[in-house]
Amino acid sequence: MKENLSIDRIKDWLEEVKDPEIPVLSLNDLGVITGIDIQDSGKVIVNMTPTFAGCPAMDVMKSDVEEVLKKRDIEDFEVHLSFETQWNSNMISEKGRLALKEFGLAPPPKHNLIVDIDLIEHAKCPNCSSENTDMKSPFGPALCRSLHYCNNCQQAFEQFKPL
Amino acid sequence: MNTEALKDLLYKIADDQLILGHRNSEWTGFGPLLEEDIAFSSMAQDKVGQSWQFYKILNELGESDPDTVAFMRNADQFHNCKFVELPNGEYDFSLIRHFLFDTAEGIRFNMLSTSSYEPVAQLAKKIKGEIKYHTMHANIWIKQLGSATEESIGRLQQALDYAMPYALGIFETSKFEADLKQEGIFDGEEALKAQWLTQIGEIIAETDLRMPEIQSLQPQLGGRYGEHTEHLQPLVEEMSEVFRVDPTADW
Repeated sequence: MKENLSIDRIKDWLEEVKDPEIPVLSLNDLGVITGIDIQDSGKVIVNMTPTFAGCPAMDVMKSDVEEVLKKRDIEDFEVHLSFETQWNSNMISEKGRLALKEFGLAPPPKHNLIVDIDLIEHAKCPNCSSENTDMKSPFGPALCRSLHYCNNCQQAFEQFKPL
Repeated sequence: MNTEALKDLLYKIADDQLILGHRNSEWTGFGPLLEEDIAFSSMAQDKVGQSWQFYKILNELGESDPDTVAFMRNADQFHNCKFVELPNGEYDFSLIRHFLFDTAEGIRFNMLSTSSYEPVAQLAKKIKGEIKYHTMHANIWIKQLGSATEESIGRLQQALDYAMPYALGIFETSKFEADLKQEGIFDGEEALKAQWLTQIGEIIAETDLRMPEIQSLQPQLGGRYGEHTEHLQPLVEEMSEVFRVDPTADW
C-alpha cells in the first residue's frame, strides 16, 4: 500500500474535482461521493451516485475522479457509479450551499424527502435574500435547475432544484 | 427469479421512456414559449437518460448493450405503448399526453420503489423524484388551460377525448402479470391503472374539462408486443439515423 494513504487523504484530493456545470461545487460538497475504501491490497474504491439519472455530467465527473487518482500515482483503483445510495439535494454540504449562493444559484431548501410545489415555488433570491419570488418554470438550463424571478430586486435567477 | 418476466417489464418501461423522450425532444426549438421549449427539452433528457439506465439493467440480465438495443431494432421489436409514439400534434395534445403518461409513470415508479428486485427498486426511488417535476409541470398547465378560455378548454377537451383510448393502452397487461406480482417485482397494471384514474380524475375535477367515459372506450392495445401505429418506424429511423451510419463509432 502507498505510504500515508488514507480515506481522508483521498477525500481531500477529490476536493479539486468540481461539478463541470457548477465549477464552484466540489464532488464532496455536491454529495455524490458515497463511499471511499482502501482494500488490503492497496486498491482504492470510490463509489459515486448520480444526481439525475440522465445527467450528462456524471461520466465527466467519473473520469475526473479517475484522473485525480492517476495523478496521485494510484494505479490500482475502481470508480463505480450506482444507485445503491440515491442522491438527494439534502446531501449538498453547508459549504456547498454557500458556494452555490455566491455563484448566484439559490441552494435547494432542505426537505423531509417530500418535495412538493410549495417547496419549489418559494425560492429565496440568491442576490438580495428576498422570499418575494415567483417560479417561472420547474425546468432550467440544466436538469438540476429551475427558473425564478425576484419581485424585490427584479432579477431572474436559478435555483438548484430540491430533489 | 423469473428473468423473462422481469425483462418484459423492463423493456416496456425503457421503450416508453425512450420513445416519449424522443417525441419530447421534437419540441426543442419549436415550443410556444421559451420556458416550454426548455421544459420539453429537459423532460426529453430525463426520459432518455432514464431509459438508458433501464437498458443498462437489461444489459446486466444478458441483453445487448444499451446503444444497440436503442438504435438497432425495428418498430415491431419495440415494447412501448402506442400512446407515446403518436406524433406531437398541436401543443394541446402534447400537454395532455404529458399529463396522462407522466401521472402513470409517477405511480409506476412509486410502486417499483418497493420492488423485490433491488436494482429496479433503487433506480425507481431515484426516478420518482425526477418525475415529480414532470407531473408538477403538467398539472400546472392542465389546471391553468383547462379553466381559462373557451378555446383553451375546447382544445384540451378534444385532445383528452382523442388521447384517452391510447392512454388506456399504457396498462395493457403483460403475459407475466401473475409472476411479477407473485415474486413481488411489480404489483401489476390493473393496480397502477386504478391509482391513475383517481389521480387524473382529481386534477380534471379542478378544471372545466370533462372526464371521458372510460368504460365505453376501446383501449388501444398491442404496443407491448410489437404491434404499432405507422408512426413508430419513421421515428425509429430518424432517431437511429446517425448511429446506424457507423455503429462502432466512438462518441
